Amino acid sequence: MKDWRYLLAEQRGTLLALGIFIVMFIIYTTNHPAGFTANVVQTAANKGVLLAFVAMAQTLVVITAGIDLSVGMILLLTNCLASWLVVGTPLQTALGVIAVLAAGLVCGAINGAIVIYGRLQPIVATIATGAVYYGIGLLLRPFPGGSVNEDLADALTGKLFDVIPTSLVALLVVVLVVWVPFSRSEFGRAAYAAGSSETAAYMSGVPIRRGKFLAYALAGLLASVGGLFLTFFTYTGEAAYASGNSYTLFSIAAVVLGGVSLFGGKGSAIGAIFGALAFRTIGDLLFVFDFDPLWQPLFQGVILLIAVSLGAFALFRVRNRLEWFL
Amino acid sequence: MDGVVPLFRMEGISKRYGGVRALEKADLTVTAGSIHAILGENGAGKSTLIKIMAGVVAPDEGRITLDGSEVSFASPAAANQAGIVCIFQELSLIPELSVADNIAISDPPKRFGMIDRKAQRRIAEEALARAGASDIHPRALVKDLPLSRRQMVEIAKALARKPRILILDEATSALTAADVARVFEVLKRLRSEGLALLYISHRMNEIAELADHCTVFRNGRNVASYPAGSKSDNEVVELMIGRKYSHIFPPKPAGAQATTPVLEARNLSWADRLDNISLSVRAGEVVGLGGLDGQGQRELLLAFFGVLRGLRGEVLIDGKPASISSPKAASDDGIGMALIPEDRKTEGLMLPMTVRENLSFAALDRLAKGGIIDRAAEQRLIDDMVALLAIKTAGLDIPVGALSGGNQQKVVIAKWLMRQPRIILLNDPTRGIDVGTKQEIYQLMRKLADAGAAILFYSTDYDELIGCCDRVLVLYDGSVKRELVGADITEHALIASALNIHGEGVDMKQGAGA
Repeated sequence: MKDWRYLLAEQRGTLLALGIFIVMFIIYTTNHPAGFTANVVQTAANKGVLLAFVAMAQTLVVITAGIDLSVGMILLLTNCLASWLVVGTPLQTALGVIAVLAAGLVCGAINGAIVIYGRLQPIVATIATGAVYYGIGLLLRPFPGGSVNEDLADALTGKLFDVIPTSLVALLVVVLVVWVPFSRSEFGRAAYAAGSSETAAYMSGVPIRRGKFLAYALAGLLASVGGLFLTFFTYTGEAAYASGNSYTLFSIAAVVLGGVSLFGGKGSAIGAIFGALAFRTIGDLLFVFDFDPLWQPLFQGVILLIAVSLGAFALFRVRNRLEWFL
Repeated sequence: MDGVVPLFRMEGISKRYGGVRALEKADLTVTAGSIHAILGENGAGKSTLIKIMAGVVAPDEGRITLDGSEVSFASPAAANQAGIVCIFQELSLIPELSVADNIAISDPPKRFGMIDRKAQRRIAEEALARAGASDIHPRALVKDLPLSRRQMVEIAKALARKPRILILDEATSALTAADVARVFEVLKRLRSEGLALLYISHRMNEIAELADHCTVFRNGRNVASYPAGSKSDNEVVELMIGRKYSHIFPPKPAGAQATTPVLEARNLSWADRLDNISLSVRAGEVVGLGGLDGQGQRELLLAFFGVLRGLRGEVLIDGKPASISSPKAASDDGIGMALIPEDRKTEGLMLPMTVRENLSFAALDRLAKGGIIDRAAEQRLIDDMVALLAIKTAGLDIPVGALSGGNQQKVVIAKWLMRQPRIILLNDPTRGIDVGTKQEIYQLMRKLADAGAAILFYSTDYDELIGCCDRVLVLYDGSVKRELVGADITEHALIASALNIHGEGVDMKQGAGA
C-alpha cells in the first residue's frame, strides 16, 4: 500500500466528520433565505465554535479512555469568572484573560489528579468536580450579570477583512497552539497509548501518568477558552445549570460524530471540531426548513443515531463472540 | 566464563504469589555474545524469572548483578535503561498506534519538544530492516496486522532500543517458517555483535539450532545447566519432568464401550487457530486435551460451545449434525452442553452477586414458571448441589467473591450441573485451587462420567490428564498431533508429543500400543 492510503485510513474518522459537516452546511445555506453570505457564515461559526472548544476538551480526555463530565461546568465557571475579570483597560483585560485560562487549567488538573492519583473512575470523579465547579460559578454569579471588555469581544466575534469570522481564526489558533503540539508530543502519544492499551503502554515504559494528567489539564484549559468566548458572545456571566449539562452531553456526541472512539486511543480533536460544527448545523437545519422547533430534539436524536451507527459496522466482522464484550 | 565477570547474574531469587512458590532460590548466569536457552514445562517458573529480569515484578529475595554491580529494577523502563529488553509472549504493542509509533514508543526522537516524525520513520524502517521485516509498512496500524507480523514488529521494537541483553519469550510462537528463518539469522548476527540473548521456547528443534547453552527449570528451581547439544531430547524431557504423583485419582473403568459418540467434530477449522480437528467423545468417557498452553485447546472448547463465528467443519451431537450458534443454544435441552470456563472470575462468576444467584444463572429457564422464578424449586436444587459438591460457604446469600478459590470453582461447576448436562467441557478447572478441592473435582468428574456424561477436559497439568482421562488428544499449533489411550498416557509421552518431537527414542518408549 502507498503512503497516502495509510494517511487516508488514519484520517478516516476526521474526513467522515468533515464530509457530514459539509453536506449539512450546504443543505443549510442553500435553503437559508439569505444564502451563502458572510453574515450567515459568521453566525453559524459563532454558534459552532463554543461547542467546538468543549468538544476538543472532551476529545483529550476520551483519547485516554476516560470521560470528562465536568467540561460544561468548567465552561460555566470560567464564563462567570470572565464576566468579573475580563474588563477595564487593555492590561487589566489581558490579565483577566490569563486568570480565566489559568482557572480552567487548574480545574482540569484537579480532575486529572483525582482520576490518576486518586484512582477514581473518571465518570464519577468528574460528575463530582463538575458539581463543585458549578457551585463556585453560582457563588460568583447568583444572578446573570457582569460585563466584558466589549472592544475585545466584538473583535473576536466579528469578521476579519469583512469576510472571515474571527471566531474561526481563534479556533484555528487554539488548534495550532494547543492541539498540534500536544498530539505530536511524547505526552500526547502517551495519552493515546494509555487509552489504547494501558498494560502494553506500561510494559513499553511510556510515561502514562504524565500523559493522562496533561490531557485532563489541557481539557480544562480548552473548556475555559470556550467559557471566554461564551462571555464574548453574551457580554454577561450566567451559571445556567441546564446549559452546562447540555454542553457536556453535546460534547460527547460531537466527539463520537468526529470519529473519536469512546474506548480511547483513537481519534483527533480536528474530527471532534467538525463533529461539533455538524451537530450545530443539524440543529439549525430545522429553522431554515421552517419545522416546528418542538421537533428539534427528536430530529437531532435521529440524525445522531444514524451518524453514530456508522461506527458500529465493525462488530459484524468479529469472529469470536467473546470479543463483543471487550 | 570462569574468572571473567559475567554480564548478568541472578542468585538465590525467590518469588511467591499468594501461597504459591513460583521461584525458589533460582540462579541464572548470562554471558555476552551467546544464546542461552531456558527450558521447562508450564508453570516451572520461567515466565516469573524473565518478568523479574525485565522489571515487571520484584523478587522477594535474591541478588541481581549487572556487570558485577548489584541492581534492582523498579519498572520495565528501568530495566530498558540498563539495556535489558524483553519480547513478551503477550504482546506489548499498542493496537491503535502505527508501527513506527510503536517501534519508537519508549524514546521517540524529538525536535523542538515534539516528536520528529521523519526521524521516527527512519528509525522504524531501519529497525524493521534489521529484523528482516521490511515488508511491513511503518504507517500501518498495529491492530490491522496479522499476529505473525505483529510479532515481527515486536522484535523490531526491541532492536530499536539497542539492547545488551535481549530476552525472547516464545517470540517465534506465532511466526511462519519463513519468518522464523529470518529471525534466526538476525539473532545469530546479534550474538556475533556481542549481545546476550535469552531464548525461551518449547520448540526443541529451534533450541538445537540456536542455543549455545541451556538451563532447565522445574518447580521454580534451575535443575540443570549444560552446553547445548550435550544432552539428547530424551534426557532433556526427563529433566523437565522429575516429579512425583501427588494427587489421588479415582480408578478408571476398564475398557471403553462401543456406543455412538455423543459429541463429535469433523474437520473443524477456525481462523488460524484451529486446523482440521476431528475427535469424538462417548457417553461415560473422559477425554483429555493436552499440549502446551495456547495451542488451540481453549478455542476448540469455545467452538463447541457456540462462541466462535466462521467455524468450518462439522459438529455432531448423537451422530446428527448440529449447528450451535450461541452458549444458550449449546446448553439447551436437545444438546445439553456445559462449559466450565478457564477464568472463573470473569467468565464463570458474577463476583459481587450472591452464591444463590450465581448457582441459578445457567438454569433460570428451568426454574422459572411463566417468567417467575420458583423459589422453592430453586432452593431444592441448590441444596442438592451444595451437598453433592460439598461447597463450603457461610451462607447462600453472601457474595460469591468471598469464597475461597476452590469453593468458587465448585460454584462454577455446580451452576452447570443444575442443568444436568450430558456433555461437559472443562477448561483447566483446577488452575489455582488447593489440592483437596482438586481431588474432589477429579472424583466428581469420574462420577459424572459413570452416570453417562461425555466429558472433554483440558488441563495444563500433565498429572491430571494421566490420572483422570481415558484418552488424551495432544494439540499442537491448532491441530491434534497425537492420541494417547489408556496405559500409553504417560508424562513422557505427553511432554514429548506436546513439544512435537519426532525423535526416535521418544517414539520407542511409547511402546507398541501407540
